[in-house]
Amino acid sequence: MTVPLLELERVSVDRGGTRVLDGVSLSIQPGEMLGLVGESGSGKSTLARAALRLVEPTSGAVRWRGRDLLAFTPRELRATRRKMQIVFQDPATSLDPRMTVAASVAEPFEVHRLGAPAERADRVARLLRRVELGPELLHRYPHELSGGQAQRVALARALATDPALLVADEALSALDVSLRAQMANLLLDLRAEAGIACLLVSHDLRLVASICDRIAVLAGGAVVHLGPASRIATDAHHPAALALLAAARHN
Amino acid sequence: MLRVRDLRVSFGGPGGRFAALDGISFEVARGEALALIGESGSGKSTVALSLLRLLPEDAHASGSVELLGEDLLELSEASMSRVRGSSIAMVFHDPLAAMNPVLRIGTQIAEGLRAHGHADRATATAAAIELLRTVGLAKDAARRYPHELSGGMRQRALIAAALACGPSLLVADEPTSALDAVTQRHVAALLQKVRRERGIGLVLATHDLELAAELCDRIAVLYAGRIVERGALSDVFSRPRHPYTAGLLRSLPPPLGDPPARLVPVPGSPPPAWARPSGCAFRDRCSRALPDCASAAPELIGSGGREVACFHPVEAA
Repeated sequence: MTVPLLELERVSVDRGGTRVLDGVSLSIQPGEMLGLVGESGSGKSTLARAALRLVEPTSGAVRWRGRDLLAFTPRELRATRRKMQIVFQDPATSLDPRMTVAASVAEPFEVHRLGAPAERADRVARLLRRVELGPELLHRYPHELSGGQAQRVALARALATDPALLVADEALSALDVSLRAQMANLLLDLRAEAGIACLLVSHDLRLVASICDRIAVLAGGAVVHLGPASRIATDAHHPAALALLAAARHN
Repeated sequence: MLRVRDLRVSFGGPGGRFAALDGISFEVARGEALALIGESGSGKSTVALSLLRLLPEDAHASGSVELLGEDLLELSEASMSRVRGSSIAMVFHDPLAAMNPVLRIGTQIAEGLRAHGHADRATATAAAIELLRTVGLAKDAARRYPHELSGGMRQRALIAAALACGPSLLVADEPTSALDAVTQRHVAALLQKVRRERGIGLVLATHDLELAAELCDRIAVLYAGRIVERGALSDVFSRPRHPYTAGLLRSLPPPLGDPPARLVPVPGSPPPAWARPSGCAFRDRCSRALPDCASAAPELIGSGGREVACFHPVEAA
């Protein structure tokens, strides 16, 4: 077995005296699409943040390519963060309202001092094309974008640093049916073309099952099911997984 | 019970006024549930808000919205306040924004009852607790503030508030889109239950095809401010005739157990309301489009309650 891209080992997170994540072990391989599903309050978003060390685990280990992420120096952490990017549910709150699309997508180059300033405009244009947006959007502000366009800009920004892992925290949930399918295909394309692994956090089991390799079901802060996406309907037995299945099977 | 005729709504924008709704007509019989399906910008929320006359100040609405024989667009603001809640009530998609954050849940519901002159304070409070029980909330929810409830509980409380004055029509705008999948099913089941028990009509504005299938008898598909297809929901879903309806249905993820595969979205995205193309507004995204699609916007035509607005509809198999 190859070294996992990211590995959580018995990770727990306490918040305000409550255990929101309880001894979670989970790994994601390079290029893997891993779905993380669960009801509100199951700990999905906390897990996604703990994996990127955006929240500090109370106990347990997080390893990035086999190395202890929690022991990284601030400098190492900054270099690694380039390779792990997150896209949130609501682009309206993750994009700076005062920055144009061009400035927003170029910002990661400046923060991480990537590429010569002269090349940046060209790279921004390429990134926009990659997420299927036209150059006419370059000088727009977030309020001038549709929800679907804004989410693509957030994705372009995440792709600027050439990540190996993309965490999509309910990133498709607020989109209309057709745009959601377009974005799901885009994640599959990114994996096929650039080998980008994806941790897809969602409450929509049917969507997750249709594009992921494996699915982890979270309930009460613990992983209660983990297995191939194609077999979730037959393999899942935990009540929380069955409730999600019932909701997904409804029609 | 509800008869909407040639509803046109326009808004002011930086580039001048633009039409959000371009002549919408539909009817809802007593106790019937109609889904208005559409993507962001299709106009479905504008229809929902028009029915309660809750559009922003700069909106112009024309046509008619007849509820129980009374044209709501002609009513004075005072008369409209009387109609809102007692004949027609709204369930919004974001209950936190729809509630007063500094009032207890029970007080908010009781306030609605008292505003319509239904009860004194004590009776109204008792009625509020009874309504909360109906929507599956315990008595102590009445003492809570909105932020103390989960998203699902808040949506239940909002439904209780909407039911308070015994409306004959509920208008729901994406009532479950802010909830997780399991809670969505619970809230949908609740809407279905109260509607059936009380014989309340429903207009459901949503992009969630599965929610529509669960709650509604009939469907109207909106695209760029017009109805493009209409009929019995089971008929439209099993045999869509407008290429847009067919495309939306194809965009859904496959059933569980199928191997992972690329999804099949409708290409492109809907045009913004201020830049809709002439002719058929869907033609840029349509695989069936021919030159005549640019000539005029197709009329909604058909028979037997099944209508489509397309020059080259998908043939009925």
